[in-house]
Amino acid sequence: MNLQAVRAIYVFEMARTFRTIAQSIISPVLSTSLYFIVFGTAIGSRIDQVEGVSYGAFIVPGLIMLTVLTQSIANASFGIYFPKFIGTIYELLSAPASFLEITAGYVLAAATKSFMIGLIILVTAFFFVDLQILHPIWMLTFLVLTCLSFSLFGFIIGIWAQNFEQLQLIPLLAVTPLVFLGGAFYSITMLPEGWQAVSLFNPVVYLVSGFRWSFFGQADVALVWSIIAILGFTGACILTIGWIFKTGWRIRA
Amino acid sequence: MPTPILSVDALNKTYDGGFVALDNVSLEIMEGEILALLGPNGAGKTTLISAICGIVQPTSGRVTVGGFDTQSQYRGARDLIGLVPQEINLEPFEKVINTVRFSRGLFGKPRDDAKIEQILRQLSLWDKKDNAIRELSGGMKRRVLIAKALSHEPRVLFLDEPTAGVDVELRRDMWEIVRALSDSGVTIILTTHYIEEAEAMADRVGVINKGQILLVEEKAALMARMGQKELRIDLNKKIDAIPEELADRDVELSDDGQRLIYRYDTRAERTGIVRLLSALQAAGLSVADVETKQSSLEEIFVGLLQDQEEGVAP
Repeated sequence: MNLQAVRAIYVFEMARTFRTIAQSIISPVLSTSLYFIVFGTAIGSRIDQVEGVSYGAFIVPGLIMLTVLTQSIANASFGIYFPKFIGTIYELLSAPASFLEITAGYVLAAATKSFMIGLIILVTAFFFVDLQILHPIWMLTFLVLTCLSFSLFGFIIGIWAQNFEQLQLIPLLAVTPLVFLGGAFYSITMLPEGWQAVSLFNPVVYLVSGFRWSFFGQADVALVWSIIAILGFTGACILTIGWIFKTGWRIRA
Repeated sequence: MPTPILSVDALNKTYDGGFVALDNVSLEIMEGEILALLGPNGAGKTTLISAICGIVQPTSGRVTVGGFDTQSQYRGARDLIGLVPQEINLEPFEKVINTVRFSRGLFGKPRDDAKIEQILRQLSLWDKKDNAIRELSGGMKRRVLIAKALSHEPRVLFLDEPTAGVDVELRRDMWEIVRALSDSGVTIILTTHYIEEAEAMADRVGVINKGQILLVEEKAALMARMGQKELRIDLNKKIDAIPEELADRDVELSDDGQRLIYRYDTRAERTGIVRLLSALQAAGLSVADVETKQSSLEEIFVGLLQDQEEGVAP
């Protein structure tokens, strides 16, 4: 096991994060704060409680998920796309490192960054709303698993993308709508029955639901399904990446 | 008999589009030597290096480095290899020292600042260690690529067109670096399409074209074996035409009528020089000076490529 390689990639990627601290950390915090002001304070003050929780507090888990999901994908996809784009990938391919080690380096770095952002948003939320966390360990577990699984997914997108446009395509066309329709800002029980059934096909519903349960003790779907969904998604991503490195798809001619 | 550190056996690479980049390439490289792979653009030089280093997946064939199979024992094999790519592929915003440290870590070696300092000093990069790469000149960037490749102390170093697009001064600079590396015991395989470079640096020369290795030989032996020599005879008196006595001697007369040129093969049993000189005497020509010239590697190279076109074995 070439743990030095994992460490080298991790340190190199984290250095990039701290070099570009403004765009890495400050901008997601700023945009989330704006969500709090608009949805939580301005509009939220006119909305009744949702499932016994004030609307401002209710949207906190969804907002964290929204940012963590998009950030994990963006960080990991850029992390591996950039070496492809500037040609430094030759070094990764010629190094005595397995796909597991290379992936671990990039994905752990991307996940660390989005985990940090998630925590910062959580802290920011305390300034705007009265918030309680019923199951903090579960909250952290969900956060870590989401950061990891969507960083894996982002890594796949980064390998798949052949230009910057494609790099943006899936986050823009698929992920953002899935998150918005995944109950980030509402409970799916508020939807008409037919749409509730449709929502159950949206994987993000399970993530948001489980995460929100860890805060307020209420979930749209059973907790076990949330755990199965996130572990299943992680597993699928790992299998896909294993196949990519085995076949060299889009990375090795 | 030295053992080969790198051995390529019947390596083939056909790209998805059907283009055959490597056609049954076999090659052995001895520890400590400098091998120059010479070939025109698109000959398969970079594909060969890429297939050895793991960047390109070979279609068939086997490569071992230090006894390790590059497919089934890739960790052992790649540990021994350093690669300096043709393109300047570097992260522009990163500091020189960080990118070199990264390479060392990636190849599984623990951080060793003293070693990194030694490499950077060897390549005259120490003063630039805290500069971002984008602030460096083209020549300096190439040195950074070399430093990265050396960071994990490889025993075999591939230099893919190290002096492509580099000015004359920098090229000589690069040659000195390569010689110093070779003196330190590193085996070097460099690709080039500059004959001059192969002639100046290599112990052995391999010629590759259209994915096939045409030959691999000691540079000196190659030049001697393949080399045609030219005998130039300066005459005391100008002549208008080649005299009858020399008609069947295959000589040329220079435009100014003052010099006879005779080409001969050093490998031939009889070079024909003695007979030519007797014929000169018989023709009553008086000789002012005689000079011989060995054909350059470039002429040999062009000759080989022409032979391949015409289907003649070298």
